[in-house]
Amino acid sequence: MAALQANGWVIAVTPPDWRRWLLTDTPGSRWQARAGRAYLSWVAFARNPLAMIGLLIVLVLVAMAAFAPWLTNWNPLSGGDVLTERLLPPGGAHWLGTDQQARDIWSRIVFGSRTSLLIIFMVAITAAPLGVIIGASAGYVGGWLDTALMRITDAFLAFPKLVLALAFAAALGAGIENAILAIAITSWPPYARIARSETLTIRNTDYISAARMSGASGIRILLGHILPMCLPSLVVRVTLDMAGIILIAAGLGFLGLGVAPPQPEWGSMVSDGRNQILEQWWVCTYPGIAIFVVSLGFNLIGDALRDVLDPREQ
Amino acid sequence: MIAAHAKATGKVVASIATTMLGLLLVTFVISRFLPTDPVLAIVGDHASASTIAAARVQLGLNHPIPIQFLLYIQHVLGGDFGMSLRTSHPVLEDLLHVFPATLELATWGIVIGVVLGVPLGVWAAVRKDTLIDHAIRFVGLVGYSMPIFWLGIMGLLIFYAELSWLPGPGRLDFGYEDLVTPITGIMTVDTLLQGDYDMFWNAVSHLILPASLLGYFSLAYISRMTRSLMLSQLRQEYVLTARVKGVPERRIVWKHAMGNVMVPLLTVIALSYGNLLEGSVLTETVFTWHGIGLYITNAIFGQDLPAVMGGTIVIGLVYIIINTLTDVAYRFLDPRAR
Repeated sequence: MAALQANGWVIAVTPPDWRRWLLTDTPGSRWQARAGRAYLSWVAFARNPLAMIGLLIVLVLVAMAAFAPWLTNWNPLSGGDVLTERLLPPGGAHWLGTDQQARDIWSRIVFGSRTSLLIIFMVAITAAPLGVIIGASAGYVGGWLDTALMRITDAFLAFPKLVLALAFAAALGAGIENAILAIAITSWPPYARIARSETLTIRNTDYISAARMSGASGIRILLGHILPMCLPSLVVRVTLDMAGIILIAAGLGFLGLGVAPPQPEWGSMVSDGRNQILEQWWVCTYPGIAIFVVSLGFNLIGDALRDVLDPREQ
Repeated sequence: MIAAHAKATGKVVASIATTMLGLLLVTFVISRFLPTDPVLAIVGDHASASTIAAARVQLGLNHPIPIQFLLYIQHVLGGDFGMSLRTSHPVLEDLLHVFPATLELATWGIVIGVVLGVPLGVWAAVRKDTLIDHAIRFVGLVGYSMPIFWLGIMGLLIFYAELSWLPGPGRLDFGYEDLVTPITGIMTVDTLLQGDYDMFWNAVSHLILPASLLGYFSLAYISRMTRSLMLSQLRQEYVLTARVKGVPERRIVWKHAMGNVMVPLLTVIALSYGNLLEGSVLTETVFTWHGIGLYITNAIFGQDLPAVMGGTIVIGLVYIIINTLTDVAYRFLDPRAR
C-alpha cells in the first residue's frame, strides 16, 4: 500500500480496496462475483445521462411521497372557502392554483404521489409472485399442468391490458384495492412466461438432479433452487413494466375506476379538470404533467436497463 | 400441397378456437363471480322474490357452473351478448353500430404511425449514436410515457380552443351529423360515396387530432422496432459486400436491408394496430368519438355490465384475429418460418 501514501496521482491510478474486491478476476465466492457483475452494470448504467435523469425523477417521487406533509401547508382532502378560493389561478399562496372544490392542486399532486407509488408497489408484489408461481410450476411439473396453465396465460394475453383491467375494475367497482387487483390480474402473464422459460432451461441441470437425488421435495426444489434463478430477469421485467402500470392506473382513474373520491389520484384529477379546461386550464394540466414525468422517469430507467443488459443493441 | 395448406389452415382455426375459449372463460368468470349481481342489475333492488327467481331461471343461473359456461359459450357464439341495460338494445347490435367508428380512427392512426414511424426508425438507425438518433429515440420514449387522454385534452385546448385551427370533439360538425347516410359507417368513406366534398373535409378535419394522437402512440413503438431491426440488418455481411461494390448507401438501406426488415416489421405494425384498440378507449372518451371505446366507457359509468363484457369480448376477438392473421402472413412471406 506504499503507492497509496505516495501522492494523489498514484491514488487515482490504484483503485480503492472495495473496487478491487468487486472487480477481481478471482472472486472468492459466488456472491462476490455477482456483486462485481452488478457493479459493472451500474457503471454502464450511470454513464447514461438519461438513465440518471430517470433515476432522479423516481427518487424525487419517492421523497415526495415520504415527506408529503412537509412539502405543503394545504390539506389535500378538503378545500378552503368554496365561494372565494375556488378555481384560483396559479400563483400566490396556491402556486399551482386550486380546483373546483377549492383544494390546493400542488398539495393534491404531492399526496397523489403516495397513491401512485402504492399502486405500483402493490401490483409489483402481487402480480410478480403470482406469475412466477404459475410459470415455474408449469415449467417444472410439465405435462397437462403446463398445457392448462399456459392456455390460461394465453387467454389473458388475448386482451389489450387496459381493456381487461377495465372489465375487471368495472365488475369489481371503484376503489383503490379493486384498481390494484384489476391491474395485477392483467399484469401477471408476461411474468409467468418468463418464469416458465427460465425454469425449462434449468430444470434438467445437474444441480437440480443433485438436489432431487439428495431427497429434496418438489416444492423445496421449486422454492429454493428454481425461483432464485428466475429473479434477476423478473426484476428487470417488473422495472420495465412500471411506467405501463402508472399509465394504466391513471387511465382507470380518469375513467372513474381509481381511488374513491376525496383521495387524490392524478388520473382522476385530470378527469375532474376536464370540464373547466377552457377557462381553468391548470386544474387538468398539472396532474397530467405529473403522470407524464413519472412514467417518463421509469421509462428512462427501463430503457437504460435494457441497453445495459442486452448488449446486442450496442 | 393442398393437404399441407388444409392442415395449416386447420391449425390456425384450432389455435383461434382455443384462445377464444380461454377468452370466454375469462369474461365468464368476470361476469359470474364478481360482486355485481347480474340478477339485481336487471330486476332492480326492490324486486319480489318470485321476480328474482324467474330472472335467475331466465339467465340460466339455476344450472351448475360448467353447464352455465357451456350455455354462455352457446349464447356468445350465437351472437347473443345480452341486452344493454343502458340503451335497451341487444349489445351486439350496439357494437356493430359503433365498430366502424373505431375502425376508422385506428386505421388512420396506424397509417400516420407507419408513414412517420418507419422513416424515423430508419433515419435513427442510419445515424446511430448521433444527435438525430438520440432525438428520435427520445421522441419515441415521450410517446411511451404520455398519458394519451391528457395529451388529447391538451390538444383540444391548444388547437381547438386557443388557435381554432381544428374542430372540437365528435366525428362531424353539428349541422352535418344527420346528413350522412350510413353505408359503411366510416365517415371518410360514406361522405365520399355521397359525393359531398365539404362533408368529407369536415370529417377529415375532425379526424386529424385523435388520429394523430393514436398515430404518435404507435409511432413510438414502430420507430423503435424499425431502428433495431434495421441496425441488425446493417451489421450483416451482405451490406458490407454491397458497400464494397459501391452500391449507393440509400439503395443499400431502402432496397437491400429494407427487404429483410419488411417481414418482421409487418408483425410489429399489426401488433401496434391491435394496441390502438386499447389507445382508442381513452382517446374516444376524450373526443366523444362514438366507437367501441366510448361505448365501453359509457357502459362503465352506467353500470351496464353486459355492454362492458360484450365490448371486451369483441375487442379481444379482434385482437386475436389480428395476431393470428399476422402469424399466418409471416409464415407466408418468410420462407424460413415455413
